[in-house]
Amino acid sequence: MTPAELRERVEAFLAEHPPATTDRREFLHARYAAGLAWVHFPEGHGGLGLSRGLHPLVESLFTTAGAPDNNSRTNGIGLGMVAPTILTYGSEEQRERFLEPLWCGEEIWCQLFSEPGAGSDLAGLATRAVPDGEEWVVNGQKVWTSGAHNADFAILVARTDPDVPKHRGITYFLADMHDPGVDVRPLRQITGEAEFNEVFLTDVRIPDPMRVGAVGDGWRVANGTLNNERVAIGGSALPREGGMLGTVARSWREHHDQHTPELHDRLMRLYVEGEVARHTGQRLRQQLASGQPGPAGATMKLTFARLNQQLSGLDLEIRGAEGLRYESEPGWTMRRPDEVDFTGRDAVYRYLRAKGNSIEGGTSEILRNIVAERVLGLPAEPRVDKDVPWNEVPR
Amino acid sequence: MTAPTTGPNPDPSPDELVLLDTDDDRDLRATVAGYLAARCPSTAVAAVYDGDRSVVAPLWRGLATELGLAGLLVPESYAGAGATPRDAAVVLEELGRSVAPVPFLTSSVIAATTLAHASTDAGRSLLADLAEGGRTVALVVPLTTAFDADVPVVQGHGQVHVRSVAGALDADTLLVPVAAGDGIELHAVPAGDARIEPVVSLDMSRELADVTVDPTAGTVAVEGDAAAGVRAGLLAGTTLLASEQVGIAQWCLQATVGHLQERRQFGRVVGGFQALKHRLADLYTAVEGASATARFAAAALAADPHGEEARIAAHTAAAWCSDVAVLAAEEAVQLHGGIGMTWEHPAHLYLKRAKADQLALGLPGHHRARLGELVGLTV
Repeated sequence: MTPAELRERVEAFLAEHPPATTDRREFLHARYAAGLAWVHFPEGHGGLGLSRGLHPLVESLFTTAGAPDNNSRTNGIGLGMVAPTILTYGSEEQRERFLEPLWCGEEIWCQLFSEPGAGSDLAGLATRAVPDGEEWVVNGQKVWTSGAHNADFAILVARTDPDVPKHRGITYFLADMHDPGVDVRPLRQITGEAEFNEVFLTDVRIPDPMRVGAVGDGWRVANGTLNNERVAIGGSALPREGGMLGTVARSWREHHDQHTPELHDRLMRLYVEGEVARHTGQRLRQQLASGQPGPAGATMKLTFARLNQQLSGLDLEIRGAEGLRYESEPGWTMRRPDEVDFTGRDAVYRYLRAKGNSIEGGTSEILRNIVAERVLGLPAEPRVDKDVPWNEVPR
Repeated sequence: MTAPTTGPNPDPSPDELVLLDTDDDRDLRATVAGYLAARCPSTAVAAVYDGDRSVVAPLWRGLATELGLAGLLVPESYAGAGATPRDAAVVLEELGRSVAPVPFLTSSVIAATTLAHASTDAGRSLLADLAEGGRTVALVVPLTTAFDADVPVVQGHGQVHVRSVAGALDADTLLVPVAAGDGIELHAVPAGDARIEPVVSLDMSRELADVTVDPTAGTVAVEGDAAAGVRAGLLAGTTLLASEQVGIAQWCLQATVGHLQERRQFGRVVGGFQALKHRLADLYTAVEGASATARFAAAALAADPHGEEARIAAHTAAAWCSDVAVLAAEEAVQLHGGIGMTWEHPAHLYLKRAKADQLALGLPGHHRARLGELVGLTV
C-alpha cells in the first residue's frame, strides 16, 4: 500500500467516524478493527501488515483530525514494550486477549523486572515461580516499578529453575496486578513524588497459558522487550526543538538578563547535539522500518539520557535565581503521579527527574557494554557466574 | 562492524528525507571504494608528505574521467551527471575513508557549484570542460572561508596575494573573486598566468598553496554579483565536507576497534577492558550521529539548495562532524599506542586531514554561533 492509499484509507475512516461526534471508546475500537491502530502490526491485530515506517503518517493524520488519545502517556510501557513482545513471542490466544484493550488504553501495563538484588545483572533475579497443576505460584520482590499503582497487568520474569546457570532458568509471564497476592508500595524519589513502586509478590497465581515463550526461555523474550524499551525511550520522532531542547530554548529566549557567551556556547553545543540525535533517530526509524530493533538502538538511549541531563541542568543556570525555586504544585509534598512527563512541571523537577534517564531502562554503563560487545564486537566482560548454577552463585 | 543495510529500499513517511543508502548509493559506493582500494594505498598518500606526488594526477584523472566523477554535480545540459549532493556525499565518504589526495571537493563541489551561476559563455564553457574532466578548477579563497562570511575578494592593482588556497596546485584554471563596482565578479584565470607556491601544509593530502594573481587577468566567468555563486559553492563545500569527515571518522573507529580486538596485554585482548570499551561505545555513538547528520545535510541541500533548512543542516553538520572526525583520529592515535605515533601506520594521515578539515570552511564555534542566529538563539 502506498502512502497515498493509506492516507485515503485514514480519511475514509475519519469521514465514517467523525472524532468530534463519535464516542471515544467506540472510535478507538473501530480504529483497531480497521487496522489503523498500528499499521505495522498484522491484520486482525490492529494493523495492516505494512512497513513500520508508514505508521508515523497515520498517527499524524489522526492527531491532526483531533482523534481521541488511547491513554498513550499512562500506558507507555504497554504500547512501547508489552505489545511488541506479545506480538513477537506470545501465543495467538494472548494476542487475541490482550492487544486490543492494551491499544485502546483500557488495560494499563507495568514491568516487573528489576529486583533489589538484580538491577544491571537482571538475569540474577530471585523471584521464584513454582508450578502447581495448571498454574504457577510466584513469590518475590520487584522494585523501581513505574506505574504499578495504575496497572492492570504486568510483564514478569521469574526463576523457574534455580539449578541451572542464571540465564537458562528464567521464564516470562503475563501477571494480573489485581491478584490478591500483589502488594504495591510507593517508593518516593528525589523529586519528592512516587512515580515508581516496590511490588511484593506473595503466592501470586498465574495460569500456565499466561506464560510467554517456553519454560526457561524468558531471558531471550526479556531481551526482546528491553530492545523495544530502549527504542521507546530514545527513538520517538521529535520536531526541531522538541522535547527538553525546546523547553530550554524557550527558557533562553525568556531570560535575557542571564545571557552570557559561556552559557550561549553551551546551549548551542547541546542544540547541535539535539539535532544530531534527531537525525540519528530518524535514520534508526528508517532502518527499523524493514526490521526489528537491534543493539544500535542503545546509542539513542545513551544520547537521550546525557542530553536531557545536561539540558535540564543548563536550564537552571539560564534562569538564575529563578532556578532555585521549586514552586510548582505540590513542591516536595509526596504524591503519586498518573503519568511520567520528563518535560513537565518546572525546571527543578526536570533537572532531578532527568537523573533517572541514565539509570532506568538499562544504565548508561550497561548500554555502553552492549554497544561495545554487540555492535563493535569487543570481548564480553569476564563472567564468573556464567556456567555456575544460579543457586550456587555467592550473593 | 555495523550490519550493512540490505534488502528493500527505505520507505519512510513521504515528507521525510531518506538517510539510508539506496541501491544506487550502494553501487556508487562500491565503485568508488573499489577504485580507491586499487589505486590509492596509504603508503602512496604518506609519500606525498615526502614530496612524491606521483599518485595524485593519475588517481584524479581516473576518478574524474573513467568514473565520471568530475561533473557529478554539474547539470546534464553542461555535460555533467546531473547528480545531487546526496550522491556526492557517498563519494566524499569514500574519499575521506582513503584520505585520497584529489581535488574533488575543491573542483567538483565548490568550483562546480559556484560555476553553475556562470553568466558568460566563457564561464559556461569552463563548467562544461570541468564536467568532462578536461579542466580542474579552484576557487581562490583561503580554505578557512565560511560560506556565510563576506567573500574575500582580490582587489587593487598589479599582483595580489591570497594565502592558504586549497586545490590550486591541482587546478589548471583559477576562479578569482574580484571586486567590481559594488559587487564581485569571478575571473577565470589560467593557472599558468598566476604564481602558485606550494605551502608545507599540516595536511599534505590537501596541500595548500599561496596564489599571486593580477585581478585584471583572465576572462569573466560570472558577472555582476557573483557573491551568491561563491556562497552557494562554499555552502555545498561545507555540507559535503561533513561527509568526508564521516569517512575519516569511520575509518579511524574501524581501525581502532580492529586493533583492540587483536592486541593482547596482561593475558587479555585489550579491547575487553571496560575503560576502552566505554570509550569506543561513546565514539561509535558520536560517529553514527555524524553519519546521519552529514547525510541529512546533503539531503536537505538536494531538496532545496536555497532554503533555510539546508543552511541550518550545514551549520549543524559542520559543527558536529568536524569535531567528531578530530576526536576519532585522536582516539585512533592514542588507542594504537606507540604504533599510532609512527610514520608507518596510516593513523597520522587521518589525524592531519581531520584537524585541517576542522579549520576548513569555518570553525565549529563559528557554525554554532551562526546556527544560533538562524534559530533565534542569540547572546
